[in-house]
Amino acid sequence: MSQVEPDPHLTTGAMNRIDHAPGDEPEEAGHWVRNANIGLGFSIVLTAAAFFLAGSHLIYAPAIPVALIVLAIAQMGVHLVFFLHITTGPDNTNNVLALAFGILVVFLIVAGSIWIMDHLTHNMMPTDQMMQMQP
Amino acid sequence: MTDFGLPASAEAIRRVREDPYRLGHRAHGPEEPLAGTGHGATGPASKRIIVGYGFWIFLLSDIVMFSCFFAAFAVQHGATAGGPTMSEIVDLRRVAFETAALLLSSYTCMLSFAATNAKNVFWTEALLLLTGLLGLVFVILELLEFIDLGSRGITPQVSGMLTAFFGLVGLHGLHVTLGGMWLATMMAQVFIKGFRREIVHRLICFNLFWHALDIVWIGIFTIVYLLGSGA
Repeated sequence: MSQVEPDPHLTTGAMNRIDHAPGDEPEEAGHWVRNANIGLGFSIVLTAAAFFLAGSHLIYAPAIPVALIVLAIAQMGVHLVFFLHITTGPDNTNNVLALAFGILVVFLIVAGSIWIMDHLTHNMMPTDQMMQMQP
Repeated sequence: MTDFGLPASAEAIRRVREDPYRLGHRAHGPEEPLAGTGHGATGPASKRIIVGYGFWIFLLSDIVMFSCFFAAFAVQHGATAGGPTMSEIVDLRRVAFETAALLLSSYTCMLSFAATNAKNVFWTEALLLLTGLLGLVFVILELLEFIDLGSRGITPQVSGMLTAFFGLVGLHGLHVTLGGMWLATMMAQVFIKGFRREIVHRLICFNLFWHALDIVWIGIFTIVYLLGSGA
């Protein structure tokens, strides 16, 4: 009964080739564990740095939001590579393209909303004047 | 064009054999594209890859939905309507514990999949259980936060900012809760049915889901809590 479907990479010897990415799946299970350990290590460092920076005066205060966002993006990258196994391998091309499209949509939604709503707020009549226009 | 004179079909076959999709990522040379990876003329990709791709597209749509909630929070960020501001309701200590629980659960989730690949039922189940318990710790911490805020009169009705806050954080908490139910189902399926093909495919999807939740949480604790506590 219980039979794990063979990964195509295992049966064709792709793993014996020279370059393989973190998400590829070589035969020994140790690769998975090592991958998880590296991912966890990076994540802990980046998360700790973010929490530390948020409450510290170590860097120029107006730069803290930018630093936090950079750390968050770095950590999302670590998750994508080490936990979600998004790689540059040929069988991952479709996943990467979908991800790129997803990032584009997310960027449009977030940046577009902030931009438009900010301008709306900016151009809106102050509340007291609006009250006076009531019949 | 050096080999003019070839019939069109032979030319097309030659182009397919050359496999333009290797893109320099693999060793070049005489090796043919891999069977089962869906490249070159070797036929469709294996089910494992297609299932992962399909679920990945669902996850991206889920992330797009979350981005709408993020956008709402960013827009409503200053709309406190005389109520409490973000910096007054953030408890960074609790957020740090929540983050640690979710990150560790992501780690144990991945270890459980390593055990699945090694066809080890015991460790798969044990690590999935640990993942679920850590997820439960996360959900309980978040519930305690909501109860604490509610008891102080800080509810979604108070201001636009709080509506966006409870919407975004609550939606993520709902995802983790549903993911926990899925996890329990997967544990039962592995226990009863073993590592059949479709069970392993579901485990792959569950892993992707759980890690994607952690990615969303990174955005939440950075943008909502850390930036909110400073602003």
